[in-house]
Amino acid sequence: MAVVFEKPKSLIDTAMHYCPGCTHGIIHRLICEVIDEMGIEGDTIGVCPVGCSVMAYDYFACDMIEAPHGRAPAVATGVKRALPDKYVFTYQGDGDLAAIGTAETVHSATRGENIVVIFVNNTIYGMTGGQMAPTTIPGQITQTTPYGRDTKTAGFPVKICEMLSALDGVALAQRTSVDSVPHIRETKNAIRKAFDNQKNNRGFSIVEILSTCPTNWGLTPVESMERLRTECIPYFPLGVYKDITETEEKK
Amino acid sequence: MNKEILLAGFGGQGILFAGKVLAYCGLMDKKELSWLPSYGPEMRGGTANCSVCISDEPIASPLVTEPDLMMAMNQPSFEKFINKVKAGGKAFIDSTLVSLKSDRKEVECHYIPATQLATDNNINGTANIILIGKMIKESGMFSFDTIKKALEKCISPKRINLLGINLKAVEIGMSV
Amino acid sequence: MKGNEALAEAAIRAGCRCYFGYPITPQTEIAAYMAKRMPKEGRVFLQAESEIAAINMVLGAASAGVRAMTSSSSPGISLKSEGVSYIAGSDLPCVIINVQRGGPGLGGIQPSQSDYWQATKALGHGDFQLLVYAPSSVQEMVDMVIKAFDNADKYRMPAMILADGLLGQMMEPVSFPEIQNNQTYKPWATNGHGNKRPHNIINSLFLQADQLEKLNFERFKRYEIVKEECPEAETYMTEDADIIVAAYGAVARIAKSAVHRAREMGIKAGLVRPITLWPFPSEIIKKSTENAKSILVTEMSMGQMVDDIKLAVECKIPVHFYGRTGGVVPTPDEVLNEIKKLGGAQ
Repeated sequence: MAVVFEKPKSLIDTAMHYCPGCTHGIIHRLICEVIDEMGIEGDTIGVCPVGCSVMAYDYFACDMIEAPHGRAPAVATGVKRALPDKYVFTYQGDGDLAAIGTAETVHSATRGENIVVIFVNNTIYGMTGGQMAPTTIPGQITQTTPYGRDTKTAGFPVKICEMLSALDGVALAQRTSVDSVPHIRETKNAIRKAFDNQKNNRGFSIVEILSTCPTNWGLTPVESMERLRTECIPYFPLGVYKDITETEEKK
Repeated sequence: MNKEILLAGFGGQGILFAGKVLAYCGLMDKKELSWLPSYGPEMRGGTANCSVCISDEPIASPLVTEPDLMMAMNQPSFEKFINKVKAGGKAFIDSTLVSLKSDRKEVECHYIPATQLATDNNINGTANIILIGKMIKESGMFSFDTIKKALEKCISPKRINLLGINLKAVEIGMSV
Repeated sequence: MKGNEALAEAAIRAGCRCYFGYPITPQTEIAAYMAKRMPKEGRVFLQAESEIAAINMVLGAASAGVRAMTSSSSPGISLKSEGVSYIAGSDLPCVIINVQRGGPGLGGIQPSQSDYWQATKALGHGDFQLLVYAPSSVQEMVDMVIKAFDNADKYRMPAMILADGLLGQMMEPVSFPEIQNNQTYKPWATNGHGNKRPHNIINSLFLQADQLEKLNFERFKRYEIVKEECPEAETYMTEDADIIVAAYGAVARIAKSAVHRAREMGIKAGLVRPITLWPFPSEIIKKSTENAKSILVTEMSMGQMVDDIKLAVECKIPVHFYGRTGGVVPTPDEVLNEIKKLGGAQ
């Protein structure tokens, strides 16, 4: 019998600690599929953040580093500069990348650091129990915005792809989602494009993936997917915000 | 030989450079030496001073508080340091810029109008080296050959055209 | 050469492959020198967006298995403390230079030794230590940065050169030793497993208390070996000395001049100079001060080394202190006066 679907080789066969309905599992898998397709597991170094995916080093079969909170792009810079022939990616959540690590994110992007950044945006701090994130949507209830995020006091969400697309060092800034099969496919293509960019020394590539947090949203997995579609995607429109290969092709 | 030297003036007068030239003289003659700058946060125009130790023995403290030789290129430096010079020491003062005189008998004071001399000889900006020329002559520390070699080391290849005027400054300093 | 430049050159010769820095007075010559030389050697110089980013780039490069370094001055080192703790917790080797200036806060830009506690006791959260070297001449800036790289690799821990603005700015003649082998085999590095070995993980997170405790125990066992093998101190005229000055770094040179002058005046003075501040050379200090009547600790701080000296001599000899702080450098005469006071007191 032909096997038509199996676990990617670069995804370690172990139980994950993620909550039921969490989309980290899907995203891990997509990255591993790309690593397998490109045959680069032995040449890849991943950098984990602080947040729910802090222990992602137990799931990816390539070499892994656990970075201080928000500093993954700086750590990845150190690795990539030391080993320019290897593939380096970071895997970061919204608190990590868009709050405490904003400087590292912006400056690795503007330097055109030749790395891949996978940005998982679920609009909330998951691991610490559901506090307001830099990407929490106005009105969204969290532990620290019990009356809903009030933009008068808590300001507005950070729109990372829009922001980074203004920087010359960025090769790819794309926002995707994992709420449906077509969007999952799109996400994988974006991840593949990001790794291809690294292969071709094009510079900094970020794939922002809108994701869920059923536990801290207080919703079922199915309701979470629904919220992703009805609240998150409208606020954070999907799409390619910058892709230098498009302009390259036109030339 | 064991000489503790203190050079002082405004930033931009080449105080640190003058110290560097002395330090390199020590290096050329294979002496032990140290060069320690002390300057304000503003790189130009602030007060600058610089400690240079040249010795046959390893140097303990690189900090000069009681110099054998002192060079002052402005009034505040003169006032601050003239009374610190060791008895039997020598002071070299740019008298174009410092109008005061010391009444210390036990210190040999040389008042050289170095800035004026530089202007007269069309080698503006070398008053520091004129004073250094005078200092090495009066102290007998180094020969002209030594300072020539030191200047060749201290002046970057890009500005080697400045070597000539610096050598001229040394000659003027040694002859006044 | 200036102390800062000599140190940078020595780091290159010691095989430093990556340098990450951020400008701050009085260590900027190190970054400037590295910017000029590293690319010519085919190595990495990068000016980071912050001290925090710089130390984390060091974390990344050290994880990749290469010799990596950063340099800063006091306020910048405080910013690096997070990364230093992670580096220590991940058992990574690296070299950190602190050309100290006056503090606390923004402080000043003149030389200081007021980061002694930070370097030897608490450069970041958690149970860990750094190797701390305190050079007192430009030549030692060179020798110690080489030793720091070697021992950081050997013991898999961060090493610090605790210098000060005076040493950094000072020029002295210097010679560079020939270096044969400056890279260590690092099977633990995350440099791509190439499908030839299991995947490596560089990590400082251990949620199981007993697992974390075990790792801390193991690390401190290693520290015991470091304490056996690494302490260094210089003793000078201590054999017959009544009064022994204890000082490190540039201040030890000033103290040495004071000891000379005291001897000329007939006072039996000596000097003991810790070269490693961690591990602290307690044994050497204890032995060299056995016959002394009193000890004078001299520092450019409010007396941060005093307790370590008291512990080293087990409080058997009175320990006095004279220090200047905030960027003021003590003069040989000031130290001499203190020696005279103690001499007169007996």
